[in-house]
Amino acid sequence: MLFLTTIKLVLRSLLVNKLRSVLSMLGIIIGVGAVIALLAVGAGAQQQVLAHVTALGSNLIMIMPGQPKSGGVRSGAVETLKPEDAESILSQVPEVLRMSPVARGNGQFKYYGNNKQSSIMGVTADYLQIRNFQIGKGRSFTAGEIERRAKVAILGADTATDLFGDSSPLGEKVKINGLQFAVVGVLKPKGTQGPFSFDDQALVPYTTAMHRLLGVKYLSEIDLQIAPDANQANVQAKLERVLRVRHEIPDGKDDDFHVRNMAEMVEAVTSVARTFSLLLGAVAAISLVVGGIGIMNIMLVTVTERTREIGIRKAIGADDRDILIQFLLESILMSALGGLIGISVGAAIAALSSVFSGFAAIVEPSSVLLALSFAVCVGVFFGFYPARRAAALDPIEALSYE
Amino acid sequence: MEAVIETSNLTKTFLLGDTVVRALDGVSLSVAKGEKVAITGPSGSGKSTLMNILGCLGRPDAGDYILAGEVVSRLSGRRLAQIRNRYIGFVFQTFNLLPRLSALENVELPLLYGGARDARQRARAALEIVGLSERMGHGPNQLSGGQRQRAAIARAIVTDPAILLADEPTGNLDTKTGQEIMALFDELNAQGRTVIMVTHDPEISAQCPRRIHLRDGRVAELMARESR
Repeated sequence: MLFLTTIKLVLRSLLVNKLRSVLSMLGIIIGVGAVIALLAVGAGAQQQVLAHVTALGSNLIMIMPGQPKSGGVRSGAVETLKPEDAESILSQVPEVLRMSPVARGNGQFKYYGNNKQSSIMGVTADYLQIRNFQIGKGRSFTAGEIERRAKVAILGADTATDLFGDSSPLGEKVKINGLQFAVVGVLKPKGTQGPFSFDDQALVPYTTAMHRLLGVKYLSEIDLQIAPDANQANVQAKLERVLRVRHEIPDGKDDDFHVRNMAEMVEAVTSVARTFSLLLGAVAAISLVVGGIGIMNIMLVTVTERTREIGIRKAIGADDRDILIQFLLESILMSALGGLIGISVGAAIAALSSVFSGFAAIVEPSSVLLALSFAVCVGVFFGFYPARRAAALDPIEALSYE
Repeated sequence: MEAVIETSNLTKTFLLGDTVVRALDGVSLSVAKGEKVAITGPSGSGKSTLMNILGCLGRPDAGDYILAGEVVSRLSGRRLAQIRNRYIGFVFQTFNLLPRLSALENVELPLLYGGARDARQRARAALEIVGLSERMGHGPNQLSGGQRQRAAIARAIVTDPAILLADEPTGNLDTKTGQEIMALFDELNAQGRTVIMVTHDPEISAQCPRRIHLRDGRVAELMARESR
């Protein structure tokens, strides 16, 4: 009851001194607001990258020809990977569940009057599983079609719409670089990730792509899917060995290929996120301390201003602890209110940034809770000294204070 | 008559710069239940100090003070606050209502500190006794001086204390309102409440059947009740 009355009284005095209250809460508001907004943007960015990785396939390992980029320059020959490499990896590394050679290129697509430039992906049927693609309409490739370099194509969702509009492309013939291809399937849309659209491409058998469409002898990439419980580093070491043997690379010489896995990418993103959080934590700590000092300052003023009130309260029976709790409650309420305002401001900024940046900022409940509890802690910590001063006042002196 | 207040040889000294001021120099007195007493004396006579000690706001350096059968002169801190809450009702010259609370909330406050359950009800009853039930929702700045003092008196009697301790209760009021407040004190006294009034106003003290006059920290003169 006394507690409720005290809260009511504190709220009333905060309301009477609106400007003063807001100014003293400003430090907390800015600190909490900044942290909430930045954490939300960070969480949104992380979410997006992880979604991207998941879209690629979480157990995906990619083998590229040539040495890894160093200083922006890719050295070494880029014509090193052959379909046979992919087959021997599949047969010699048991953790590899699926593989698909990839021959990538660009092509001119034509269906009657409709013309369009799109990427061509020469792959196997397993490519769909490895890369998390799903057939929306029609079917995937058969082993026979890959064997005999069949002129069949699976269109990406956007490619299909661009060429065929609303009518079904299944069974129709589309011209790719002048060759007639039968459309056997259409992919389900996957969405745009970064500059590259997964929906604007066409899949054809890799044999057809290499020998009929693009005229290349080497692969642009080999995609592998490994068992979910497999150790990525182990598998990577194994397949590097297989490739070095196949490519007859003597010890001490560099690989003529490089391997990329999703675990590394996830790791990189997570570590960036962690650094980001740490930095934010430091910013938050500083601004909360500054905000806390603001609150302490105003509480000291309040205690002085209300010396007489403290005397009255003591005269009618409040003991030191009642006074301590009252002023502590006031500073806690002020910092918590500042925290709440800061959270709303931060959330508003996050929402606004979502509109402009194009990816959703996510205000996580955990960060809201964290910010609020920190704000309350600041209230307790910086409110304690003024509250103790209030509690220690001598009632006789306090009553005669003018 | 049963004594509510019993003091023996109260002394209190202050240090004012280098000089030692003996504010109270062996004050022994007793007040019976239901009495109406004025404590008078010129400024510097120690009457404020005596009032502070009687009100349990401060402690004597030496001597005993028994309030409602309890030795309070040795108590400190938390216990003393409880005594103030339970046994003493203060009425001040400047009313000392909390400005942001309504009259009702001001009257409730001692009960809240005392942990009473039916605070609102009792506060209403107290306001009714002082004749302020009409305006109990108003804040102090919406009340006249007389009404403020009535609210303050309601706050003093709401815990049903052993003594009402009034410090120049009419000092900030015009004569007519002052008389009304004095009449209210008479009424409360007639209902059996013990009233102790600290004043230097002879007109006020003249209305008290018993007067205790202080001079230089000593009781100079005790007017017997018989002289009424």
